[in-house]
Amino acid sequence: MTEPRRQGLPLIRLRGVERLYGQGDARVVALGGIDLDVWPGEFVALMGPSGSGKSTTMNILGCLDTPTRGSYRLGDVEVTELDNDGRALLRRHTLGFVFQGFHLLPRVTAQENVELPLVYQGVPAHERRLRAREALAQVGLAGREHHVPSELSGGQQQRVAIARAIVARPKVLLADEPTGNLDTARSHEIMALITRFNRERHLTIVMVTHEPDIAAYAQRVVHFRDGHIERIEDTGEAA
Amino acid sequence: MLGNALREAIRSLGRNALRSFLTVLGIVIGVGAVIAMVTLGRGATQAVSDQISSLGSNIVFLRPSRGFGPGQNVVPFKVEDALAIAREVPGVAWSTPVSLRTLTVVAGNQSWSTTVVGAGEGYLEARRWEIIKGRGFTPSELRAGVASCIVGQTVARELFGNEDPIGQRMRVDKFSCEIIGLLDAKGQSAMGTDQDDIVLIPLRTYQRRISGTTDVDSIQLSLADGVDNERVLEDIRLVLRERRHLSANMEDNFRLIDSKEIERTLTSTTRMLTVLLGAVAGISLLVGGIGIMNIMLVSVTERTREIGIRLAIGARAADVMLQFLVEAVVLALLGGAIGITLALVFSLVAAQKLGFPFSPDYGIVLIAALFSGAIGIVFGFFPARRAARLDPIEALRHE
Repeated sequence: MTEPRRQGLPLIRLRGVERLYGQGDARVVALGGIDLDVWPGEFVALMGPSGSGKSTTMNILGCLDTPTRGSYRLGDVEVTELDNDGRALLRRHTLGFVFQGFHLLPRVTAQENVELPLVYQGVPAHERRLRAREALAQVGLAGREHHVPSELSGGQQQRVAIARAIVARPKVLLADEPTGNLDTARSHEIMALITRFNRERHLTIVMVTHEPDIAAYAQRVVHFRDGHIERIEDTGEAA
Repeated sequence: MLGNALREAIRSLGRNALRSFLTVLGIVIGVGAVIAMVTLGRGATQAVSDQISSLGSNIVFLRPSRGFGPGQNVVPFKVEDALAIAREVPGVAWSTPVSLRTLTVVAGNQSWSTTVVGAGEGYLEARRWEIIKGRGFTPSELRAGVASCIVGQTVARELFGNEDPIGQRMRVDKFSCEIIGLLDAKGQSAMGTDQDDIVLIPLRTYQRRISGTTDVDSIQLSLADGVDNERVLEDIRLVLRERRHLSANMEDNFRLIDSKEIERTLTSTTRMLTVLLGAVAGISLLVGGIGIMNIMLVSVTERTREIGIRLAIGARAADVMLQFLVEAVVLALLGGAIGITLALVFSLVAAQKLGFPFSPDYGIVLIAALFSGAIGIVFGFFPARRAARLDPIEALRHE
């Protein structure tokens, strides 16, 4: 198996993470206390039916949501102890996001979309331009820098989103159903791209999907059910 | 960060150019009204004070008046009164007796009704008036009461057209005099009368040939620069009371009118107008600010997903806040800039039409600009805070 990859300390460490919504009788348990470790350089898929807790887990991992109880360590930071700004800075420097709906800024060119994380990092304009061009080239969109999203196909838009997610050199890429809006051929192209970043850069990837053939790109698949982790499956996919 | 926020704000406003323009209309009108008003108000005030100072600065008129009480008659001034004031009151630069009457003057077949002034020694100096052609009266001419006269620009034009008036003869009422000098142009007075419509003759000549008495209508004084006006006016009053034999319990039977006082009355009128219109401008700025707040709230709602994306990418609440605040400020400043430009153009045209000097107060322009920026901050704060407080997950889900 791929046990040798899981050496040293995990990059992501969830312990007893609960997420509750509402009060009293209206209380809904979205996550009922989960433990999960993700080691550096791993590619993990989260699967499960809707309402199983995978998206909640993703939001917590992405520092967009906070657990009601439990501990989330990212690297050597206890995320549950951070305030809003602290979490924003983690998103800025450590995390990259890819969404199902691409979520590019409309009316802004591909180049400027990719530059955006660097703007918040305070990278000077000249360096921003170079790094954004480089990132676009890496996702195979050299020459499309000045297209706005509406001039690009779905697959191309998702590539721009991936370029934007990796341009700031995050430690973790969080992909929320990255192929959900794409046809099969386009989906596999995107997955090939994501896998390449995982292998070549040892970029840690956590991906939510409900398609087994997409989950198969990951090394481990975490199955959710009713707010709990049902089982964790090694796909045997080589790192 | 700020530079980027600025660039993005300008671009985002540019995308909705018409909406942005309509939004700032309130500010345009408010700022425009303030600037136009202040500029025209200053022009008007300056026009008035130019006219007043064209009378001569620190000018004081003395006129006899009827005191209160029974049996009080108007006691006219004499030439001696003017001389006594010049002699006895320190701080009086010139003191000259003046009598005047509206008379018809005739030269050749042209006649013209004008103000004929009997001028004593120091008249031109007291009024700070220059002779641009020919010469003034000599002291001996003044004493002798010769038949010479000095004409103003309007009289020269009406009687002689483009001809040189110097050396010509002109009939004043019933006597004939030789024109020896031409006065510099002074334009309209504060009261709207043409100051160049004037003929000067020696006071002695006036008394002998026109009025037939040694009385003088008024005394014109000019005070030295830098003296305490209040004190000098009081000294003049005391000297006159003594000369006119007024006992301590009697009212003054003369009036002192100083040009500063005329100026004060006129400027306070202009100022009141300015304050009134300023209030109107203030209200339209308030309305403009509310317009900005409204459109920024709309913009925050429209761009909820964008805000979500920015938050996910690593924007802090403060970064989002800054972005929307900058946008509101840019919007408001834009309105201010348009307002200032329109107002200056309008004032320039209006000032020319009305004959005022174009006198923009760049301090007020700066204040108006800063103020419109402040409106952006104040009215942009609430929408910006709403944007900054959005929950990233909710915002990302927003369609």
